[in-house]
Amino acid sequence: MLEQLTLGRYIPGHSWLHRLDPRAKLVLACYFIVIAFLTTNWLTYVLMFAFIGGVIFLTGLSFSYFVRGIGPLIWLIVFTAILQLLFTPGGHIYWHWGILMITSTGIQTSTAVFLRFLLIITMATVLTLTTAPLAIADGVEALLRPLRVIHFPVAQTALMLSVALRFVPTLLDEAQTIMNAQRARGVEFNNGGLIKRLRAIVPLLIPLFVGAIGRADDLATAMESRGYQGATNRTRYRVLKWHNADTIAVVVILVLNIVLVVLRHM
Amino acid sequence: MAITFDHVNYMYQPNSPFEAVGLSDVSFTVPSESFTAIIGHTGSGKSTLVQHLNGLLKPTSGTVTVDDFQLTAKTTNKHLKSLHQHVGMVFQFPENQLFDQTVERDIAFGPLNFGFTNEEAMSLAHQAAHDVGLPDELLNRSPFELSGGQMRRVAIAGVLASQPRVLVLDEPTAGLDPRGRAEMMAMFAKLKADQQLTVILVTHQMDDVADYADQALVMAHSNLIKAGTPAEIFADPEWVKAQQLALPTAANFAQHLVTRGFEFDSLPLTAEQLAMQLRGQLPKEGR
Repeated sequence: MLEQLTLGRYIPGHSWLHRLDPRAKLVLACYFIVIAFLTTNWLTYVLMFAFIGGVIFLTGLSFSYFVRGIGPLIWLIVFTAILQLLFTPGGHIYWHWGILMITSTGIQTSTAVFLRFLLIITMATVLTLTTAPLAIADGVEALLRPLRVIHFPVAQTALMLSVALRFVPTLLDEAQTIMNAQRARGVEFNNGGLIKRLRAIVPLLIPLFVGAIGRADDLATAMESRGYQGATNRTRYRVLKWHNADTIAVVVILVLNIVLVVLRHM
Repeated sequence: MAITFDHVNYMYQPNSPFEAVGLSDVSFTVPSESFTAIIGHTGSGKSTLVQHLNGLLKPTSGTVTVDDFQLTAKTTNKHLKSLHQHVGMVFQFPENQLFDQTVERDIAFGPLNFGFTNEEAMSLAHQAAHDVGLPDELLNRSPFELSGGQMRRVAIAGVLASQPRVLVLDEPTAGLDPRGRAEMMAMFAKLKADQQLTVILVTHQMDDVADYADQALVMAHSNLIKAGTPAEIFADPEWVKAQQLALPTAANFAQHLVTRGFEFDSLPLTAEQLAMQLRGQLPKEGR
């Protein structure tokens, strides 16, 4: 069950996208998410979906893997879109019941919400699928570095981030093990009503928290015993390097942005 | 026959980049009320195999039969609950599954889930606590206040309280000191005899295989590569070494004695067998 979700998971590989600088990938993914809101007419959506299709092709991973991975999230997106559909006033009213209504503006906004959400989630998935968690942490640290001027604890923040990312797979594994153990003791996680399912979560969460806190304690001891004292002026083992490919990627996104703005006014 | 695997294959996350073979064409039978050890190096498929015994994993193809239950790729989760009760699973480091406020309630958690009344569950919990050697005064304490060894006994009692007929133990003595290990293995042997259980033990301790098992299954690279009595499994020391396994301590000791001129009719596997065969070979006038 937990294995199905692709968001936040990294798949090692050697594609062109895998090898891009994490700083470039982070900034460009965010940039893509921002310009996803510039879409207005169907031409702009076609352009954005063609672009994300090309990006998925470049990851070297199968298209169906993305479809299945995003599948569980589709309901969240549909739910958001339906809320938009039912509560947006304006334009021609097709149907209404109490405060619920379906209007032409509502149809437009909910379609836009649905498609933009899809674009954003796909791009976020591409980012995490092709970037190792530690590379993401390195990228964030590099991008936050200017904030040191205002005494923002950049190194500590980056360390927290990389520790958190590092333990995601560990905790998922542990959750799976505990779920198995409790299922063997007769807990049904996928059966029964809402209350019954919520009660089934308790025997999973308590051991998971106990384990996580113990692990955090062990990690702190291990770091201190190896001389870690806050992150002052540490040199780096992995040095980030900007390549031509990164510049090309930046140019491609800028071109996408320009074409998007042009199509918007057509 | 209590347990039968018939050409069982298992694939992890099929049709994804993480696809991996878990079990490949595994077939064997385990007689009722026998003690079976599953050995093999790390990652050979031992844990995958035992998770099929109570339906936590379902075979991708093939059939698993446990007494009256049949498990295939098509079995739905609804039918698994009585199988969960029939086959008790003690996972690696089972103390990680404890969660309730008192030891008593944690042990009674399984029976309550399986539909016993509150009184029945409490009486089963007390019986199970007694069976694993937990003193009564611990029953009202929080399980998180106990020592590691006591926590493990609570977790094992939590499995036994549901009155399983088959007990699966996945490295139950990992992380215990030698004395705790010996006590725990003796406890399992006693439970098996008292309650007529069928026991499946996953282990890296070859001494436990020699001392307790009626038969052993050797796993390597998701395949079952050998099945037989411990004597048959350990008969060829070269083969055992090639599988990255070890000989039982007594057999190892006997091998060293052979290079010093001692002779053995058959390789002794336990300390007792070794002593029996050495009797008569030792010089009588020795001090």
